[in-house]
Amino acid sequence: MTAAAAARPRPLSERVLPAVVALLALPPALMVLKGAIANPVTFARNLVEGVSLGGVYALVALGYTMVYGVLGLINFAHSDVFMVGAYAGIYAAAWFGVTATSAGQSSPGIALACFAAAMIACAVLGMFVERFAYRPVRNAPKLTPLVTAIGVSMLIQNVSMLVFSSTPRGFPPVIRSSTVSLGPVAVTNIKLMNLGAALALMVALTFLVQRTRVGRAMRAISTNLDAARLMGVHTDRVIAITFGLGSALAGAGGILFGLDQPKIDPLSGVQPGLKAFVAAVLGGIGNIPGAMLGGLLIGMVEQLASAYLSSSFAPAIVFSILVVVLLVRPQGLLGRVTREKV
Amino acid sequence: MTTPPSSRRSRRELLVGAAGSLLAGAVAQACKPKRQSGISVGLYCSLTGAQADFGISTRNGATLAFEEINRAGGLLGQQLRLVAEDTRGESNEATSAVTRLIDREGVVAVIGEIASTLSLAGGRVCQRKRIPMVSPSSTNPAVTQVGDYIFRVCFIDPFQGDVMARFARTDLHFDRVALFRDQASAYSMGLADAFRDAFVRVGGTVVDDQSYRSGDTHFSAQITSMLGHQPQAIFVPGYYTEVALIAREARGAGFTGKFLGGDGWSGPSLTQNDDDKLVGDFFSDAFAPEGAEAPVARSFLDRYRARFHTDPNGLAALGYDAALVLFDAIRRAGSAEPARIRAALASTRDVQGATGAITLNAQRDAVKSAVILEVTSSGTRFHKTVNP
Repeated sequence: MTAAAAARPRPLSERVLPAVVALLALPPALMVLKGAIANPVTFARNLVEGVSLGGVYALVALGYTMVYGVLGLINFAHSDVFMVGAYAGIYAAAWFGVTATSAGQSSPGIALACFAAAMIACAVLGMFVERFAYRPVRNAPKLTPLVTAIGVSMLIQNVSMLVFSSTPRGFPPVIRSSTVSLGPVAVTNIKLMNLGAALALMVALTFLVQRTRVGRAMRAISTNLDAARLMGVHTDRVIAITFGLGSALAGAGGILFGLDQPKIDPLSGVQPGLKAFVAAVLGGIGNIPGAMLGGLLIGMVEQLASAYLSSSFAPAIVFSILVVVLLVRPQGLLGRVTREKV
Repeated sequence: MTTPPSSRRSRRELLVGAAGSLLAGAVAQACKPKRQSGISVGLYCSLTGAQADFGISTRNGATLAFEEINRAGGLLGQQLRLVAEDTRGESNEATSAVTRLIDREGVVAVIGEIASTLSLAGGRVCQRKRIPMVSPSSTNPAVTQVGDYIFRVCFIDPFQGDVMARFARTDLHFDRVALFRDQASAYSMGLADAFRDAFVRVGGTVVDDQSYRSGDTHFSAQITSMLGHQPQAIFVPGYYTEVALIAREARGAGFTGKFLGGDGWSGPSLTQNDDDKLVGDFFSDAFAPEGAEAPVARSFLDRYRARFHTDPNGLAALGYDAALVLFDAIRRAGSAEPARIRAALASTRDVQGATGAITLNAQRDAVKSAVILEVTSSGTRFHKTVNP
């Protein structure tokens, strides 16, 4: 913010808005509090569920945020890459003989193979989309890539309907579901594993961005694409890698999602994808720790809202967070006004 | 030499005009019902999507009936043609499927849908266009209240809810049951209400009433809330896709009681996703292969197995019966005029179908018995028959 802008008195709306939002958020927060006091065990269970769900959102949100960080593009096709990841897992498991209908024979090895297949398939798809849909319009006005992204999203959805059919498929039980008791709280092993896998991937990504040459190149591009190119950064290659990485994370998210909620159809990426997008905006789009924080928060909000307010309002509450963030703090929780992207 | 401008313009106008009239002709051709020999009957149901099991079973049942009547020489000296349209389980698709059947295929009557919400959508089109519709298996009372052209060959939800409520109370000795209903489905809302009223009437308590929306995949918040009330059973009057996911999630959260449901559970996909989450749970349906005693039912069972190499479920049997009721009406009407078929349908008496004798009452509904099925790891097992 420049000195002149700081000196100017802030408009009324900017001062009143946060107060109004806080006032509106108070009754639901009190209802959640009341429920938590009435039944702490149920509340604890909801927290565990919410964090586990949030882990998957965070993985998908990272893809949105990385692409926005380097290109300033909101990649709407990302949610469909996520769905393709889940299908890749289904086919990989079927190759090892595990289908939704077969009982028995599931092993950690097959689960890892599913992860690898989904991540590779999605990385290839993401890079393919970048090369043929986004690169040609990279220097066009901002609206053009955005509309292209929407088009690519619809293309992937409709091709998926042709290839996979619109009848939902069960996700193969590559990991046996069992109930784990954390004190009085019973959850499935899959939810705990989801959270663990999501956190591990996020740590790996942070390491990659902060500590490797490719990561440094990404950060350079996010600061200034032209300057990075002039300094000898292979911008095209690094952008392709960014898409590949983000899409691979979405693929992993697709597997985690499928294991937890084993019904996949060509539109099943849309809702989680939108929520992950809200998570990315909430955390500060372009900001990696922000996407993780946003994902976990959105998962928690969705779970608590459907538990203590109304399950049919839960999506509405999640999306109203998007509106509130854009009104009150457009840079997101961890974003800065002069953003350091990626 | 160049063509004078005026002549060029006129030639272009001529071309545009010709193209326009061709196009208009093509459109008119497309809109006009096809003149097919024989009597066309439409079927609209979900052949793909989250309720594909429903449509495929129903189409199998109806196909069997059509093949049999054609082999026996058809009706009124004509062969019958069954035209199936896919609704993908969406109400706007149901509306356009019915419109397409009537306007383009020129059907004289329509069979469908399975899901009540879609039957309500398609029924409004049939009523407006004065084409009789027979729903094989939509159980919500509102479906036939759309108008006097809408009929059904299955029981309605107040009866089905009563059957399951009494079963839970007297056979299973439960007094604490939670409800988990699908807000986006007229069927589920109606059946949940019917169950609640009947269960309270027989002395039980509904400890929690939670809801979801069809298409949801994440139910843990509602399940957590229901389990907090320690129900002995959860009544889920939904469709099989969500029921399987709900059961899986609830079992994972440590629920050891029973799941109870209605005919929306019917379908091979219910028990598809490996584990035994629903084994030992109960739902009500219209037909059970093991419960088939009447000769018509037995012979339907044999022919269905021979034709499709699988056991028919309630939806297949009702698809077959909807076709039989329609054939009976066309035969008695002595004509394939939609209005006369409608009049004959309204006086349907004692048509012997796979699911029992079908008589349509003044509300254009059938009064029939229900069966209670127990879920097993490989499908279902007949538990008992409940008469109205």
